[in-house]
Amino acid sequence: MATLELNNVVKQFGQVEVIHDISLSVNDGELMVFVGPSGCGKSTMLRMIAGLEELTAGDIQIGGKKVDHLPPAKRGIAMVFQSYALYPHKDVRGNLGFALRHAGMPKAEVTQRVDAAADILGLGPLMKRRPSELSGGQRQRVAIGRAIVREPEVFLFDEPLSNLDAALRVHMRVEILKLHQRLKSTMIYVTHDQVEAMTLADRIAVFRDGVVEQCGTPLELYKNPANKFVAGFIGSPAMNFIDSNVVNGCAEHAGQAVINMPDGDSNHAKVSIGIRPEDVRVKPDGILSGTVQVYEHLGGEAYLHLLLQDDQNLVVRTDADSAYRIGDTVRFDVIDSKLHLFGENGVALPRQLTS
Amino acid sequence: MRSNPLSSMAIHGVLILYSALALFPLLLIAINSFKSKKGIFRDPTALPLGELYSTKGYQSVLANGDFPLYFGNSLTVTLISLVLILLLGAMAAHGLTEYRFKGNGLLGLYLILGIMVPIRLGTVALLELFVKLGLTNTLTALVLVYTAQGLPIAIFIFTEFLKSVSGEIKDSARIDGLSEYRIFFEVVLPLIRPVIATVAVFSMIPIWNDLWFPLILSPGEETRTVTLGIQQFIGQYTVNWSAVLAALTVAIVPVLIMYVIFSKQLIRGITAGAVKG
Repeated sequence: MATLELNNVVKQFGQVEVIHDISLSVNDGELMVFVGPSGCGKSTMLRMIAGLEELTAGDIQIGGKKVDHLPPAKRGIAMVFQSYALYPHKDVRGNLGFALRHAGMPKAEVTQRVDAAADILGLGPLMKRRPSELSGGQRQRVAIGRAIVREPEVFLFDEPLSNLDAALRVHMRVEILKLHQRLKSTMIYVTHDQVEAMTLADRIAVFRDGVVEQCGTPLELYKNPANKFVAGFIGSPAMNFIDSNVVNGCAEHAGQAVINMPDGDSNHAKVSIGIRPEDVRVKPDGILSGTVQVYEHLGGEAYLHLLLQDDQNLVVRTDADSAYRIGDTVRFDVIDSKLHLFGENGVALPRQLTS
Repeated sequence: MRSNPLSSMAIHGVLILYSALALFPLLLIAINSFKSKKGIFRDPTALPLGELYSTKGYQSVLANGDFPLYFGNSLTVTLISLVLILLLGAMAAHGLTEYRFKGNGLLGLYLILGIMVPIRLGTVALLELFVKLGLTNTLTALVLVYTAQGLPIAIFIFTEFLKSVSGEIKDSARIDGLSEYRIFFEVVLPLIRPVIATVAVFSMIPIWNDLWFPLILSPGEETRTVTLGIQQFIGQYTVNWSAVLAALTVAIVPVLIMYVIFSKQLIRGITAGAVKG
């Protein structure tokens, strides 16, 4: 149980700077998710917290104590790896207890802690098996168990579910969430999957190219993305961006005024209008229209991929009981209050909640 | 796997042919070691039955009290060299693959350069060196030479294999608080056990069979190896073939035993890794 502070952390590999001056704090008991595309620096950041990579500049504090000069084992952390990283020549019990036995803990206490962790994760019947005799999900559970027995102050997860198949991934995601509610410990979870981030996180930090683009609760990020990158990354299907010209203080599309620009904002001649697929209402007298290119029906809901008049694309969510054919023209309105505006540099503009 | 009976037969045919080819000389040695010299030359391929049968060769080998010493020398040299090759080779490969440092690539290249340069080219220099060190007629000299001879290919193979081992398991051990040495001995070594067996098998055989270096560096009575010891039956004018063949047959046995030990490890290692979840 501890807070984690990153202060002005910089990391260079040779001449290449991969982490640019990141400062971030994780509260006690919080599950923070680092999310971003591959190569964005999220895993490097995690490895620096773990002590597997050295910092080029800045410092890291766990529970108010500076730890960046300490070896990994002394930082009060435990890490779960994507490839599970189990010791193949030890059975499950051996894997779970290895770190404790190595630290010189009395046998009885090791057994007790290992049994407790095995109990939490339902590993009881598997204790005598070797990693090669376990399924992917079981191996991941052993890897998590190995972290639990150490009773760390901070748990670090490095894409722990990426090697599992889709169904198991959803199941393990729920298990990790339950585990967090039960242990109430500080956790940092790295993933490239925004659904995992949205469902697990207390707060999400969105990484891109070595900087944190935005940090906040999943809903904050969903409702008020700070820029186009975060807006496009969070939410599935992704937000649509419509390039638009500003005429008389209004962002318009195909000659139709779509949304007012913020008061007094006359600096922008071109903006991107961000429209989530769920914020579009299809109706016969809608002011905008497009042609159906693809119609995806998922059972509970359906998505229309529309080609707008000026050759831009728009994905729209519709009712499950609607029926469209390719080539149909669809008229629709957008819900003004839920639109997003982004300037040409990608930064979100403050919104005006009038039509 | 799809298997056409015809192609499977062809494959087995080739394998059987090759096995026969490889085994034939060994069989010939073993058969003829149980014949008298006359028997060997009268009918080299006949089985040692009836009047051909003779244990004279074995008798003269056993009568020669030095053979246990030669065996001891060969075993000592082979085993010590093997341990050194495997330990140092694995350590070097681990260092080369695990740590980033300046000149890493160059050092790796330097260490495996020996694959391309036969160590025998340096025999004269080696002999001079050992004379100056006062190491001629010692087993130490042989151990040093064989270790140097075996290291390049061992490092090469270990490096290639270690490159494929996930770095996460070593990181995980680091987080568990293991020192770098213990990571090597407790995590990396068990992981590369099948490769260790492979390297052991083909490092061992050339050492056991070598005649060149014992002849040049350690020809003394006390330090003779088996291969050199056998030479005493080969005279300038007469060769005691029964004794030579008998000694050779006996000399095969220890290598065979070591091979069986390692190949068992080898197969166990392979199957342990192959059961995938």
